[in-house]
Amino acid sequence: MKYFSRLTLGLIAASALVLSGCGGGKEVDDAGLTLHRGNAAEPLSLDPHLSSGTWENNIIGDMFIGLFTENAAGEPVPGMAKSWSASEDGKTWVFTLRDANWSDGVPVTANDFVFSLRRILNPDTLAQYASLLFAIKNAEAVNNGTMALEELGVRAIDDLTLEILLEYPAPYLPGLLTHYTSMPVPAHVVTEKGSEWIRPENVQVNGPFKLTEWRTNDFVHSVKNPQFFDAENVCLNEIFYYPTVDNNSAERQVREGRLDLNTDFPGQKLEFLNKQLPGFVRVHPYLGTTYFSFYTRKKPFDDKRVRNALGMALDRDFMTAEILKSGQIPAYSLVPPGVANYPKGASVKWANLSLDGRREQARALLMEAGFGPDNPLNFEYVYRNTRDNPRVAPAVQADWNDIAPWVNVTITGTETQILYANLRSGEFEVSDGAWIADYNDAQNFLYLLETRTGQMNYAKYSNPEYDDLVDRSNKELDVEKRAALMQKAEQIMLDDMPVIPMWYEVNRALVDPRVSGWADNIVDIHRSRYLCIDRSEQN
Amino acid sequence: MFGFLIRRLFVAIPTIFIIITLAFFLMRSAPGSPFDLERPIPEAIKARLAEKFHLDKPIATQFGYYLKDLSKGDLGPSMKYKDKTVSNIIAEGFPVSATLGLSAMSLAVIIGSMLGGFAALRQNQVGDFAVMGMAMTGISIPPFVTGPVLALIFGLYLGWLPTAGLDRGQLTFTHLLLPVITLALPQIAIISRLMRASMIETLRSNYIRTAYAKGLPGYAVVFRHALRAAILPLVSYLGPATAALLTGSIVVEQIFALPGIGRQFVMGALQRDYTVVMGVVILYATLIILLNLVADILYGVLDPKVRYD
Repeated sequence: MKYFSRLTLGLIAASALVLSGCGGGKEVDDAGLTLHRGNAAEPLSLDPHLSSGTWENNIIGDMFIGLFTENAAGEPVPGMAKSWSASEDGKTWVFTLRDANWSDGVPVTANDFVFSLRRILNPDTLAQYASLLFAIKNAEAVNNGTMALEELGVRAIDDLTLEILLEYPAPYLPGLLTHYTSMPVPAHVVTEKGSEWIRPENVQVNGPFKLTEWRTNDFVHSVKNPQFFDAENVCLNEIFYYPTVDNNSAERQVREGRLDLNTDFPGQKLEFLNKQLPGFVRVHPYLGTTYFSFYTRKKPFDDKRVRNALGMALDRDFMTAEILKSGQIPAYSLVPPGVANYPKGASVKWANLSLDGRREQARALLMEAGFGPDNPLNFEYVYRNTRDNPRVAPAVQADWNDIAPWVNVTITGTETQILYANLRSGEFEVSDGAWIADYNDAQNFLYLLETRTGQMNYAKYSNPEYDDLVDRSNKELDVEKRAALMQKAEQIMLDDMPVIPMWYEVNRALVDPRVSGWADNIVDIHRSRYLCIDRSEQN
Repeated sequence: MFGFLIRRLFVAIPTIFIIITLAFFLMRSAPGSPFDLERPIPEAIKARLAEKFHLDKPIATQFGYYLKDLSKGDLGPSMKYKDKTVSNIIAEGFPVSATLGLSAMSLAVIIGSMLGGFAALRQNQVGDFAVMGMAMTGISIPPFVTGPVLALIFGLYLGWLPTAGLDRGQLTFTHLLLPVITLALPQIAIISRLMRASMIETLRSNYIRTAYAKGLPGYAVVFRHALRAAILPLVSYLGPATAALLTGSIVVEQIFALPGIGRQFVMGALQRDYTVVMGVVILYATLIILLNLVADILYGVLDPKVRYD
């Protein structure tokens, strides 16, 4: 027992020493061309037709290549398509495929693409994301089960020629076809193995890396596929993807050298990490906007004066600079800057006014709408109780309460998926929320407020003029004219203010400077085939 | 003794059934469903998904389906992981949680009872205050503080141990050391306090005084007579505590990025993955009942006053 007490004292002394002297000791593993990729979350599926998460896309996009794929900068470039042509009305597209094989040596043919598009649109597949392909002729009807699979506007002219018919000209088709919903799956394997085809022992891929192991909540492991058509330019031999749910833990693993990169880091640690890990920190605008929605069918939010008043009274600069602190940009429009085919963008009219000026104007607007000391404005603001949102909510409340003493806001935090369910069913007054686009085009933001969008139009905004402009932009083939139509539509919507743009999202990542080929980009897609790591360099 | 075992096992069956029933209906009464996502699933697809998992039927019928599958030993498919079943997920996660939990518990029992006994023998002396002070600190500092601090010190600054994760799926000593210590620290604190209290009580009892009076040496009295009685409250604490540690600690698994089922359980509850939550609840309930039974049997072995008949 005596011995033991001395040991404990020794331990206390030792840990005190340890706390005072913090020497650096970084383990550099000698795994060569193996990349350890922190990937934010556990994939729910690796089947491209059943997936719906960006973290799943990071793995799946290394396994499969669609007609188009992304370059290092995230821009659409030809993938399996060698060349293509579109008819004059933009509704018939013919693709010539490159000569390429699945990882088992079986050639990839146009039939694989027909099989895959029919598979994802087949209602029995239970694909959650099939609606993204509704631009394809008859796709919606096929997915509803009202039309036979064979009616889908996709056909193999010969082994290497594929024809896709569209419902309307979609100039953004190449971008859309990079998405995992339109990636090919090996028809011969899926037919034979059914739903088990994606298991590591069965799967065959046409992309640069092939799945070899998947341990739930531990890692996904892929190795280089020598059959990949551009295999000679792929540097890495293997990749481990880790579900780094806890981004504080992930940050420690990056600092330790256990992870070469992680697709997130704790936002409030930006300054600290810049100092601790010089060269690692990546912050870049992202294809997403955080915006608040009004339920415009309910009084008083059916009045655009009230909506505008509340929209202009918020101090976005304070929230982004003092609360979020990781590069988010105050937003005065729904479509973020830098989105493809949309160079100019729209903006709310009061964007350049001072906060005091806006507050004054807000008060005047509310009084005009009939509110005042005798008729106070009381409402509830709901927010997602995850990430930074609970820290922002009190600032939002304070900004609104500061308009006038007769504005009273209560705030309530809600679980994210419950909040979105309430948004869809219209059970809210004012709510936060965010939209991350599926593909890089302004249309993917503007459609959110079209009348026909239904549930996803949380505000239940309905303006025939807006609907008409967006509809016309979908059919316009000329890129400039199309942008002008969309801009006009967005401006009308912003003046009506069914939603309050708050800030444009950023993507955050920690990338070891020894990793080459990582280019920050707005879609935040970084395919591993372009990455390499030089472990001879110390850092 | 044998009759006692049989009786206890018979009581266990309705107990587990009640737990399953409660868990099933509680889980279903939470707002939302596995298919209420941030991005809505088209109505037609949602209806088919609901049909696939019987969610379109009345809840009593659903329960019937669940029990029917369960009686065949089938925990069902996960409602969120499209490529995995509940059994797959538990089979992958449980060995990790169990190894972590058992190691932490063993460490806690050994160190905790030694510290507790030591404190009791030096009651109200410096040694006692030092140990109990440490125990209070151990209870007050939660694992989400000790975990990251340990990871920072031994993982980053000293570089002796990995900060998180496993070695490509292998449970190695170095990868488990920090999580085991993090998980064990609060348990060491609780156990040493339990041990101290019961040891002090035992040391004051008549038979100990008798033993001393007979002239037995101190260590013989403590180890042969006092320890056996003093450890009893510990045994009843250990049953449920071990079950809790075995089924994983969400916090420690999260901090050290370990693929255990504790993390899976919480994720499942948040995502409304009904079948995964049910699977873990059943496992947890069974373990608690079994380990309580073990504790009761140990009681009989340790305490001459307890007889089962």
